[in-house]
Order: sequence, then C-alpha cells, then structure tokens
Amino acid sequence: MDHGSRRNPVEAIGAKVLGNLTYIGGLSLLLVKTMRWIGLGLFTKKVRLDGVAVSTQMIRVGIKSLGVVMLVQGFIGMILALQMEPPLALYSQQGQISSIIGIAGFRMLGPIITAVVLSGFAGASIAAEIGTMVVAEEIEAMEAMALNPVRFLVVPRVLATILMMLLLTPIADLMIAAGGYFIGKIALGPEVYREYWKSMRDILKYRDFYTGMIQAGVFGLLISLIACFEGLKVRGGAEGVGNATTMTVVYSIVAIIAAAGVFTVVFYVFKL
Amino acid sequence: MIQTQKNDNPIPSAMPVARMVDLVKRFGDHTVLDGVSLEVYPGEMLVVMGGSGCGKSTCLRHMIGSMSPDEGHVELFGKDITDMDDPELDTLRKRFGILFQSGALFNSMTVGENVALPLQEHTDLDEETIDIMVKIKLEQVGLREAVDLMPAEISGGMKKRAGLARAVALDPEILFYDEPSAGLDPVTSAEIDHLMMDLSQKLGVASVVVTHEMDSAFRIADRMVMLDKGRVLMEGRREEFEAIRDGEPTGDDRIDLIRQFLRGDSQGPITQRRQASGYEEDILNAALGGKL
Ligand SMILES: Nc1ncnc2c1ncn2[C@@H]1O[C@H](COP(=O)(O)OP(=O)(O)OP(=O)(O)O)[C@@H](O)[C@H]1O
Ligand SMILES: [Mg+2]
Repeated sequence: MDHGSRRNPVEAIGAKVLGNLTYIGGLSLLLVKTMRWIGLGLFTKKVRLDGVAVSTQMIRVGIKSLGVVMLVQGFIGMILALQMEPPLALYSQQGQISSIIGIAGFRMLGPIITAVVLSGFAGASIAAEIGTMVVAEEIEAMEAMALNPVRFLVVPRVLATILMMLLLTPIADLMIAAGGYFIGKIALGPEVYREYWKSMRDILKYRDFYTGMIQAGVFGLLISLIACFEGLKVRGGAEGVGNATTMTVVYSIVAIIAAAGVFTVVFYVFKL
Repeated sequence: MIQTQKNDNPIPSAMPVARMVDLVKRFGDHTVLDGVSLEVYPGEMLVVMGGSGCGKSTCLRHMIGSMSPDEGHVELFGKDITDMDDPELDTLRKRFGILFQSGALFNSMTVGENVALPLQEHTDLDEETIDIMVKIKLEQVGLREAVDLMPAEISGGMKKRAGLARAVALDPEILFYDEPSAGLDPVTSAEIDHLMMDLSQKLGVASVVVTHEMDSAFRIADRMVMLDKGRVLMEGRREEFEAIRDGEPTGDDRIDLIRQFLRGDSQGPITQRRQASGYEEDILNAALGGKL
C-alpha cells in the first residue's frame, strides 16, 4: 500500500478517514456479534457461557497485572499529593489534598490508569494469542468445525477483561488514596494526613464510585474488543502478530482516552 | 449394464457428495481459479494435484464454504452453499471433516480435548461416552497414549494424525485433506495414506485429497484431477494418469506437461514454460545493469 506519495493530500486524508471508518465499522460489527452471543448465553438454554474459559482468562491476565496496577496506582497517588501540596499550602489548604485525590482517583484516574495497564497486559496478550491462532489455521479449523470463533474466543475474553477491570479498579482506587496518605505521612506533615481518611470519606459520594466503575467496565470492553479484532484480522505470519499487538495497545489507549472524554462530558451535563 | 460401468463416470447413478461448478476466484487482479469444475462421489477418493500456488488450497476452502467464489457455485450434499448464511452452513459443516495442512490443532488444549471438542459441542453425549469415543478415535490413528499431551509436545506426523482423529470425530460423510503427507518421512506418510484409505473403505467416506506427493497420490486415488493455471488440465481415473506417467512423451504439450509433473522430471514443458517467461533475460538484464 505504498501509494501514499502519489496521492494528493486531500485524497490521502480522505483515504485515512475512510480507513478509520471501516475500522470502527468492523469493530462495531464484532461488538454486535459478541453481544448477541452473550445474550443467547444468558437467555437461552441452547448456548451456554463457558465459565471455565472466562475464569481461565481472568486468572491469566488478572494475576499478572495486579502487582503492576497496584504499584502504578500507588505512585500516582504519591505524585498527586506531592504536586498539589505547594500550591495548596499557599492558601493553607493542604487538608484538601485527600478530597482532590479521592475524587480524581475514584472518578477517573483509578479506571483510566488501570485500563492503560491492562491494555498492555490483557490486550496485547489476547491479540497475540488470537493472531497466532489465525496464522496456525486454527480459526479456520474452528469455523470448518461449525464452532463460532466469536462465541469461543471473543466472548470469554471480553467478559474476562470487563470483570478484571471491575475487580482491579476498586483496588486501584484504594492504592491511589493510600499513595497520597503515605506521602503525607512521610513528607508533607500532619495538615495533610491527620484528617486524610475522614475528609476523603466526607467528600466522596456513592456516585463517584459507580461512575468510575461504569467507565471501568466500558474500558474493559473496548480493550478486549480491539484486541480480538486486531487478532482476528492478522494476516501473514509472525510479523502480522507483532503488528497486531502494537496496534492493540495504541488503539486501546486512544479509545480509552476518547471514551473518558465522552464520559466526562456526559457526567458533567447530567451532574453525575 | 456392463456398458454403463465402462462409462467415464465411475458411479453414474449416484449424486455427487460435493460438486464445484465453473468456479472463478480472483484476488485483486490475480485470477487464481478460472472456471474449475469437479465432483466427488460417495466412497471415492479424489486426489487434486497441481504445482505450488496453483490454487489447490483455495479450491478446498471453497468446498468447505470458508471462501465465497466470484463466479460459479459449490454444492455440498446436493445443496448450493454459495449464498448460505452461517447457521445453515453450520449444519452442513457437522457432516464433513477437514484436515488442514498444519493439523490446526487448538494449541491451548490437549490432544484428547481437541478430539472431544466437536463431540461436546455438537452432540448430546455425556462426558463418559465422549471419553470413550475420544479413546476410540485416537486408537484408530495410533495415538491413544498421547491423549493428555499438548500439541506443542508432539511431532508433526502426530499432529496430522491427531487432526485426523478430530476430523473424523463426528463420523463425517466427506473428508477434506490439505497435503496430508507433506513434510513427513516416507513411512509416516504411508501410514497416513493407509489411515485415509481405511476410513474411506471401511466407513464409505468420500475424500478429497490435495497433494503433490506423487507416490502417495497414486497409492490412494480412485480418481485424479490436475489443476494448472487455475483450470482443470485433466480429470480422470487413476489408471488413465498411470498410463500417461508410464508412457512415452507424445509431443502433445498438455499430455507431456502432465507427464512431467507426474514423473517429477526436471526437463519438459513445465520447465520450458518457465524459461519462455523471460526469466533468463530478466536476470541477464539485471546483471548487465539494464544494458540489454
Ligand atoms: N487470502 C488470499 N489473499 C490473496 N491471495 C491469496 C489468498 N489465498 C491464496 N492466495 C493466492 O492464491 C494463489 C493460490 O494459493 P493456494 O494456497 O490455493 O495455492 P496451493 O495450490 O494450495 O499452493 P501450495 O501447494 O503451495 O499449498 C497463490 O498465488 C496465493 O498467493
Ligand atoms: Mg496449499
């Protein structure tokens, strides 16, 4: 596809836009198919959802990413506290550090940073695994055996990733809060840590937690769908697999940030 | 009565299990299949031959409905599958088995689980019965002791045999094989041939075998088809191909081309065709920096 140089800029932009629309179209189609199988699994006897496959997937990516999520989120809390202290100290408002960390953490940073970590762990490994199966003719064999790859591969991975996001996000939220407290304790002084947990509890509302959890679930869906989509469209050997993992991480992060933007606007408008 | 048996068509009264009519497939502007027609009858072993890249695997992919043609159509069990939707196709898919070039075992499952999968998904049998069936199928291909091994732990020949056990798990009416003996030593390859013949003779399964191992092709075939440049170059009973292979060059380009392919000679029309395609000139030109 090395025609880029011969195209004029308008054509090139047009092709790019068209390419992106095709991509989003393909992704949406996969979403519809996935939802259909999940629906059939939940509401009919004929198709059963494979709990074993889901839990295997969860264990595989969950255990691996738990440590990193906790570490990263702990650091985020520490960084936030350290960055906020000087400007707040100007107005003797260091006590507000815990409320800001609480709101930012629970509403946005918990889910979003967890999702970014998981796009590297879960997303990349899903894309690589499915891509390798494509290369090894396994997907074709599956279809020829009247086994639907969406049902067998995509559904358990999507469910597992969503569940993982929902389990990891509360842990992440707490780690951010704990990170801030830790810095207060060792560096910032009693104004920060004395009322830390109490003022965080006072400011946080139930909806701060569940808006975060809604986003966490959606991020999980986006990561796993993009990973499966990239994996399934692998062509041409090991190189294709490598490319799929890279693109999975890139597109996942773009999708996560874009979705977070949309959520922020929606929650703001509806005062959630 | 005797007259009809001498007819070209081996089983004139029977309906073909699988049939391909004037199939055309293009990838971009590369026409891979250019009007291919073939039929497979119950219980017979059809071998499809042809040079590398001539479209044999593509042909097979159309027969199992995983690719759709640009023109022409494919019938399985008397039904046109060209415009079928997935649920309809799935009911037909349970009636055939396929062995892929690489075996295509699911690498995350043991050999036994691989064979059990179609049984679990497509039958109402309980776990114990499935266990027994898996053992029987694996015993048929001589792999009973490998039931708990992962595909990564077994050799290429064993993978093919395990793939075969999985392909026959649902007792198919037709089996497709893509290069079943490629990359195997002569003994293992002969073993696979025997397995395939066993299946077709004992169970009356029709088979389509894509191969370019001539020894194996002549061992197993009832009927043969040779593809070239996306067309059927010749189609006939094994004996007709044997006659060409063992005969003298005729001067007829088509026959000599088939003869060279069947004998694996390094001299003949295929080689001439390559030379005529301007290859030498190309190389010379490149060597002389385009001064020719
Ligand atoms: N999905 C595809 N997209 C584009 N071109 C393809 C595709 N599949 C096959 N081709 C092309 O079609 C031609 C025939 O391929 P095919 O795999 O059918 O050959 P083959 O006869 O099975 O060869 P071999 O004996 O090497 O397995 C090749 O030139 C290949 O490049
Ligand atoms: Mg092939």
